[in-house]
Amino acid sequence: MTRVVLALARRAIRGNLRRPQYLAPLVIFPTLFLAVNVGGLTETTSLEGFPEVRGFLDFQLAGALTQSLLLGGVSTGIACALEIEGGFFDRLVASPIPRVAIVLGRLVATGLIAAVQVLLFLALGLAFGAEIVGGVLGGLVVLVIGVVAGIGFGAIGQTIALRAKNASTVQGIFPLVLVILFASSAFFPRALLSAPADTISRFNPLSYVAEALRDPIISTVSLAPSIEGLAAAAGIALAATGLSAVALRGRLRDA
Amino acid sequence: MAAIDVRGLQREYKSGLKAVRGIDFSVAPGEVYGFLGPNGAGKTTTVRMLVTLLRPTGGSATVAGFDVASEPARVRERIGVALQEAALDLLMTGRELMELQATLHGIPAREVRSRAEELIGRVGLSEAARRRVATYSGGMRRRLDLAMALIHEPEVLFLDEPTTGLDPTSRATLWDEVRRLKADGTTVFLTTQYLEEADQLADRVGIIADGLIVAEGTPAALKAEIGLPHLDISFAECSDLVQARELLLGFGELRPAPEGVDVSVAVAAGAAEIAPVVRVLDEAGFTVAALQLVAPSLDDVFAEKTGRRLEGAAEPVAAPA
Repeated sequence: MTRVVLALARRAIRGNLRRPQYLAPLVIFPTLFLAVNVGGLTETTSLEGFPEVRGFLDFQLAGALTQSLLLGGVSTGIACALEIEGGFFDRLVASPIPRVAIVLGRLVATGLIAAVQVLLFLALGLAFGAEIVGGVLGGLVVLVIGVVAGIGFGAIGQTIALRAKNASTVQGIFPLVLVILFASSAFFPRALLSAPADTISRFNPLSYVAEALRDPIISTVSLAPSIEGLAAAAGIALAATGLSAVALRGRLRDA
Repeated sequence: MAAIDVRGLQREYKSGLKAVRGIDFSVAPGEVYGFLGPNGAGKTTTVRMLVTLLRPTGGSATVAGFDVASEPARVRERIGVALQEAALDLLMTGRELMELQATLHGIPAREVRSRAEELIGRVGLSEAARRRVATYSGGMRRRLDLAMALIHEPEVLFLDEPTTGLDPTSRATLWDEVRRLKADGTTVFLTTQYLEEADQLADRVGIIADGLIVAEGTPAALKAEIGLPHLDISFAECSDLVQARELLLGFGELRPAPEGVDVSVAVAAGAAEIAPVVRVLDEAGFTVAALQLVAPSLDDVFAEKTGRRLEGAAEPVAAPA
């Protein structure tokens, strides 16, 4: 099965590279957002309760990265939906391969793309003066959590695609993604959020993912936020992959 | 053992639509079976059940000896599928797709490239193999689709309307490939809405309408079922049609003449009767301006069984007896 999963992952990556219009927003959107935030909200770092940071860019990098990974999930869903619409998905289903390989192939590709997203945003941050206080180890922690979260978001996108069976519906979840992102602590510390945003963000797993991505950038690697973030990311990945597999089975039954 | 054996197969959708309402047929190994019917008759639903893309809601079916509902993985190992509207990834090149298909079918890595090259060459796409499929014409896509379906040398090949929308040249190329497959002993299940295609390629034909099989047999037997060939004759000048009809009665039963035809007569021996007919008319002083031997077609069979034409004329024909 490994050979099949890798072959499908390679195909998905090729497809992404050959359809740059779906990859570009993963970089352009969060980068613009990052530039606007850093340009206009730098003074917020002096607010009482704001964590100790070298600069606002260091703090915002994790937000941009979380946003990029979420958009990667939308992109994965769109690619899957296009495959269903075009009929290629039926070809895969009619092949003598385990059905789960179809789900995993695209998620492996999503994970690899997530790794590139993490490295790209870290490089971007470093280029514009940010510092990864956690050093190489911190960078690795960000990479691992980012990849796991990326796979989770991809699985959510894939689940929606398998249920909706059309790309426009998957595209339609984009505003919802932004709402969920803003209802987390991705762009602002939880301690400074007022009610009910602070309560919502406490129950929003994205908060834990974003904080775990942020922690090794703004401080030395601490176990607690990293484990919380990894658990949140892994929880999303496992639950969404399971849902994806169930959605695939349901789709085959009801097709 | 039959290559395909279908017993009381049914498919009812959630909407309540009964697309397939209990069909039975059997396809022998090495046979080309033409599954003929208009759009919406249930052809594609049947194929999707047989290739394990859709679960039957009633009845049973085995393909290559395995049950499509309880042993779908075994079925998938033994079949090749080219679905309606060639389902290809337009972003990939022909070669990439072939190699992926080979991998999906478990062909050893060291053989993947050579097998892909061989099949691409066989369908005449070697020069286009490195191009993205998006740049292929409809005919090229169909040929690639067929090559992909053949990569693992399947026991049973399903072709769902493989030539719909193709130009005559591409259609002829696909027909040649189907004939070659038949010669190699591959069982082919071919759905089509083209009568000529079924007539040319199929050993046997099943005609489906409204989810039920209304006729089944060899094309020749089906055509023979509905009547004899006939001669449509037009004369050069205003002739004594009464006398002509009397003369022609000696050859067979007279039929209602279509528009533009003076006399139509059934001829049991077909083409062998043309010369005697012309001779008798000539000796009686009739000048034949046009003469056409009309053999019953599968369209006539379809019309006889369902009361409507499969392709061409939209107007209904006489209802079946």
